[in-house]
Amino acid sequence: MSVVAKKHRIALTGNEAVAQAMRQIHPDVVAAYPITPQTEIVQIFSSFVSDGLVHTEYVPVESEHSAMSATVGAAAAGARSMTATSANGLALMWEILYIASGSRLPIVMPVVNRALSGPINIHCDHSDTMGARDSGWIHLYSENAQEAYDNMIQAVRIAEHPDVKLPVMVCMDGFIISHGMENVELLDDKVVSDFVGSYKIDHPLLDIDNPITFGPLDLQDFYFEHKRAQAEAMVRAKNVILQIGEEYAKLTGTKYELFETYRLDDAEVAIVVIGSTAGTAKVQIDKLRSQGIKAGMLKVRVFRPFPYEEIKQALSHVSAIAVLDRADSFSSIGGPLFSETRAAMYDAEKRPLITNYVYGLGGRDINLAMIEKVYQDLLEIKDTGKLKQYVNYLGVRE
Amino acid sequence: MAEMLEIRWHGRGGQGAKTAALLLAEAAAAVGKYIQAFPEYGPERMGAPVVSYNRISDQPITIHSSVENPRFVAVLDPTFIGSIDVCAGIPDGGVIIVNTPLSASEMRKKLGLTNDAIKVFTVDASNISRETIGREIPNTPMLGALVKATNVLDIDELIEDTKKRLERKFKNRPEIIEGNVKAILRAYEEVQGE
Repeated sequence: MSVVAKKHRIALTGNEAVAQAMRQIHPDVVAAYPITPQTEIVQIFSSFVSDGLVHTEYVPVESEHSAMSATVGAAAAGARSMTATSANGLALMWEILYIASGSRLPIVMPVVNRALSGPINIHCDHSDTMGARDSGWIHLYSENAQEAYDNMIQAVRIAEHPDVKLPVMVCMDGFIISHGMENVELLDDKVVSDFVGSYKIDHPLLDIDNPITFGPLDLQDFYFEHKRAQAEAMVRAKNVILQIGEEYAKLTGTKYELFETYRLDDAEVAIVVIGSTAGTAKVQIDKLRSQGIKAGMLKVRVFRPFPYEEIKQALSHVSAIAVLDRADSFSSIGGPLFSETRAAMYDAEKRPLITNYVYGLGGRDINLAMIEKVYQDLLEIKDTGKLKQYVNYLGVRE
Repeated sequence: MAEMLEIRWHGRGGQGAKTAALLLAEAAAAVGKYIQAFPEYGPERMGAPVVSYNRISDQPITIHSSVENPRFVAVLDPTFIGSIDVCAGIPDGGVIIVNTPLSASEMRKKLGLTNDAIKVFTVDASNISRETIGREIPNTPMLGALVKATNVLDIDELIEDTKKRLERKFKNRPEIIEGNVKAILRAYEEVQGE
């Protein structure tokens, strides 16, 4: 593959990498609430604004609810608009998340995944964005700072694509990635600005010669049709995500798809996982492989739309699967990734045995020994042909 | 460097344990290494014990769990020795470097370290920082001591990069940059181990 763009490998935290992506994307408007539970992302970005490195209209607001409201307003007016949030901040945006997606506004929002309070906790888990999984946003998850940066740039094109017109969350693990420093390869500013192009809205709110109504009352007569169209946009998003991924690969040499597989082709046992734990799992898989154990992994990048057909195909040859959830849905039948993956495998010709591990809540560390235990359990399930239980809790005192 | 190096920094909030890990990572990244630097965030405030980590390798690093068995441990503040097990998890062949006026053998006794397979290094980084920077900020001299004890970087590479980082923050205060460079070099020369 011929790669056209020169890259600069430097040391950055996840927050810095995402703020750099935002600087290079150069949105027209960023609205943000500047204190806890906000992230360093908007703090760094606001310094880019005050240093004159970007000409973005930066709107400090009084709450996360207002941040999303201002972003919705700006996007409807025709501005490329962003905000960023985390944990309880995302929870406070809830009402407006649905208005953003229902109004088909291509907002891009980095979310630093952190636990929702009750009890108070600021560390990594996925309960914030997993709670927002039915809000009509596209969800892209990142394993590391590089993926967060790359996802941000692609998210703009995905959100604004005429077949999609939906908001996108770019998720990365709180502290582990957001505050951890890693090597990140940045593209040249011009390469990014050429890739994202400029945003042209079909019917801007401020086009006073062609006035239209935004956010109208939409009752029994048309609400359902609008929701049906929104559902269809999410179906179409899958191909657009793949197409933008191809285009990005031509530029950078790194290909992004709906998910990444790791040593999965001939795997007998496999885990399904999201986020930074996938990187740790890769190390453990290499160890198991060197012992002759056919272990593999599927790392979900795109959770909404959920790539059920592709996941079914990728996992159908595996005997036993463990789905790792960094969020509990308190459904009594495991976490959200488990529900989706298990449903996807229902149509497989030879259904694998599937079990669930809820892990890492509130930032609880997940180490190699814990991942090894999951694979040992899977080998037992494969050999006996029996699941002991659907839901396991990994690394917790019981 | 055949294997991945793992380093743990112990300090108190405000002493620069997090900054030291970031500076080391940036310096190592600047010469082409793969790096990680991450603090362990708790409810800490100024003066509370804090921990941060580095991973440094010639190969890309994908692991994202906490560091459990650091080959190298740097202790910025000796006053919590006894209340926190700063030697926890250090494997045989590992090294602990402590900011203290004590000799390495005195510090070994104080640590209660009976395992001779772990080396102890000491350097009076607090005093060095007072004499070179003008206030007690032991993190940059400890970087110099760590580089001497670990050979993870060339000392010139560390100084070159640290200068660059500090110039960003203190462009109008060359005496701070100069003081930090002197502090790194002095600690690099003065660190003693057994």
